[in-house]
Amino acid sequence: MPIRNKPVDAVIVGFGWTGAIMAIELAEAGLEVLALERGDDAHTVPDWAYPKVVDEIAQSARNGLLQNLAKTTVTLRHSKDEVAVPYRQMGSFKPGQGVGGAGIHWSGVHSRVMPEELRLKSHVTERYGRKFIPAEMQLQDWGIDYDELEPHFDRFEQVCGTSGKAGNIKGVKHEGGNPFEAPRSNEYPLPPLTDPPTSRLFAKACVDLGYKPYPLPASNASRPYTNPYGCQLGPCNFCGFCSDYGCINYSKASPQTTILPALYRKPNFTLRTNAHVLRVNRDASGKQATGVTYIDAEGREVEQPAGIVVLAAFHLHNVRLMLSSKIGTPYDPVSGEGTVGRNFCYQLINSVNLFFDPDVMVNQFMGAGGVGQAIEEFNADNFDHGPLGFIGGGVIWGRQTGNGPVRGIPVPAGTPLWGSGWKKAVKENYLHSGRIESQLSNMAYRGCYLDLDPTYKDAYGEPLLRMTLNWQENDLLMSEYVGAKLMEIGHAMGAKSISGRLLKRGSSWDSRAYQSTHINGGTAMGSDPKTSVVNKYLQSWDVPNLFILGANVFAHGIGYNPTGLVGGLAYWAAANLRSRYLRNPGPMVPA
Amino acid sequence: MTGNGDVPDRSRRDFLKQAAGAAVAAPLPPPHPTEQNYKPSFFSAAEWAFLNAACARLIPEDELGPGAVQAGVPQFIDRQMSTPWADGGIWYMQGPFIAAKPEFGYQSALTPKQTYRIGIKAIDALCQAANGKPFAALQPAQQDEMLKQIEAGTLTSPEISLKNFFALILKNTQEGFFGDPAYGGNKDMVGWKLIGHPGVRADYLEWVGEAKPYPYGPVSLYGKRG
Repeated sequence: MPIRNKPVDAVIVGFGWTGAIMAIELAEAGLEVLALERGDDAHTVPDWAYPKVVDEIAQSARNGLLQNLAKTTVTLRHSKDEVAVPYRQMGSFKPGQGVGGAGIHWSGVHSRVMPEELRLKSHVTERYGRKFIPAEMQLQDWGIDYDELEPHFDRFEQVCGTSGKAGNIKGVKHEGGNPFEAPRSNEYPLPPLTDPPTSRLFAKACVDLGYKPYPLPASNASRPYTNPYGCQLGPCNFCGFCSDYGCINYSKASPQTTILPALYRKPNFTLRTNAHVLRVNRDASGKQATGVTYIDAEGREVEQPAGIVVLAAFHLHNVRLMLSSKIGTPYDPVSGEGTVGRNFCYQLINSVNLFFDPDVMVNQFMGAGGVGQAIEEFNADNFDHGPLGFIGGGVIWGRQTGNGPVRGIPVPAGTPLWGSGWKKAVKENYLHSGRIESQLSNMAYRGCYLDLDPTYKDAYGEPLLRMTLNWQENDLLMSEYVGAKLMEIGHAMGAKSISGRLLKRGSSWDSRAYQSTHINGGTAMGSDPKTSVVNKYLQSWDVPNLFILGANVFAHGIGYNPTGLVGGLAYWAAANLRSRYLRNPGPMVPA
Repeated sequence: MTGNGDVPDRSRRDFLKQAAGAAVAAPLPPPHPTEQNYKPSFFSAAEWAFLNAACARLIPEDELGPGAVQAGVPQFIDRQMSTPWADGGIWYMQGPFIAAKPEFGYQSALTPKQTYRIGIKAIDALCQAANGKPFAALQPAQQDEMLKQIEAGTLTSPEISLKNFFALILKNTQEGFFGDPAYGGNKDMVGWKLIGHPGVRADYLEWVGEAKPYPYGPVSLYGKRG
């Protein structure tokens, strides 16, 4: 017999960004809220105190803050005809672990979404015609408008103390910001960070080429800041330990720096760590969640009854929980029917290193995760796709995120990988090289999806989530086009040589080298229950007291970093849950 | 992490001993491990000889300065063998283990410990067969040739993927050379000094806005200056 806990009003599965947002919103509404986190508790002090955390061996080489793959991972394959094999070592994407989740070791790039991306199918059809959409591409509208979400994007930026420069406040264009920006209700909470050398070289080259660079919005605080919860951030000092690391300076926005101190003061909130949720339980009708079952630190099965269940884990675990709880219909790539696991997407990252003459000091050891200059001329539908024959785009940026030698010192193509030749190259290039990238949208395809692996199991005996994903012609054409622009900028920056990864036709998804943790889709939001798992309020179509947060609700990939959209959507879902659902529990949109 | 970086080195201790006077009878603490007297806890004598010889070729001592052996990289690797990582503790290690496209990454059941144990034995056996000597006894040019063939995949073993072995030892050698001295390598921060990395100074607010040389030397996790 499992242990049965006393019921709570709301149980939140996973305690990173979305879990923290939903927890504080529901606690403020007076609900008895319990958050279940499968990892350990963590705090800025002592866990990320200087100098303990700025240790490349512990964090970057041994994945100190990342999900332990020995316990659970995913399996990978390129197409449904292949046998999937496990993602045994950390590579292409880096899920987090513990309180704060991936909100601890992220970089801090904080973008929103372009309005037309939320209605991309309609937009592409209107501008280019229905035939412009390739047969295998499963484009669909998200069932929500940018204007509905704007106050919630703004709210999340106020919470994070995002540093940036507005390009468009209430429809009025502002010089120096992103000229393609969708209307914002307010300026960014903090001014942009100081540009490091890579970003200055990038911006100058972009201006010379006729582009309009702008400071990338970053949730790395450029000034001291107190957010609406009363949580305080200190200014970023460009320590160079950002992605992979917890922040030593209370500068990078994380649940710990921006929400948890306020949440922990509420008597109606409880956090339970080392609680690994196995499934969402339902009543006999199957239409009402009764709570969740989890494994506690001692390995015991525990039943947690709750009036509302919120899935707020990382993308992978949210989708896996839907499949293992057998809620909704799993997606079938042959018939195209079913929704859970459908429209699984990622991002395409072109990443090149620029090698400069010795008099150009880049000092790559300094930097911040989100700092940089970017251009949007090739993002979303900011450019005419008609003559180009593909859909999608992305951001090109010159960031300087901070890099150390254990994380890998880029060397020019043709350099030996060891011996005196390599040693000479790392000495000559370490201080004089920088990186520029284009981060590109990955569209949704019929053959790219998530389901449960038939063979491999996790440490709890549950099937692993299986990813079936590969790059498709449309996206690779886009990558070739934007990649050429990236290289043009790199040359204009004065690099004596450039080398790195440019995805082009014939490239396959390679899970070995880190690309981004921006996997998305699988429990899409939408207005049609036949193609989506949740409605516009992120409420399950099948189980109305179940809400699903995270990038898994994206209907297809975007070029921007997802955290701003994920956080905005969480505030949107929480606001509607408070103002509408609590007053009248039940489906918020008729199915 | 326990480390030896905070223990005074021999010359400093000798100085202190002299300063305190010979009349002080208290026994000295155990000697600070160095490349001369370090006793490996995982690697056997034959494996240790291989590891030192291989590290010396992967990052050689040359006109640019100390190499991996002078930096203590073999000690770093030996000490890493007592961490959970060395037993595959942060990797998914459940079977079945099946061959897959390289894009899907590591698909072997071997842990780092096993890879070193089996790989060193396999390479020494190949060296014995070809030259009548283990790897460590070959001339540096012969060792380089051997490593190039292993790296390229032209020298193979039925026991183990030597390419996997090579990838592991190369990665660990670079980690030891550039990781904090607290882990046993990067002695006197020689790796950081080679490239101009300031270690864990981690405070560049007044420097980030200008593209000019950073004037300070490195600092380690224990607060030592290089």
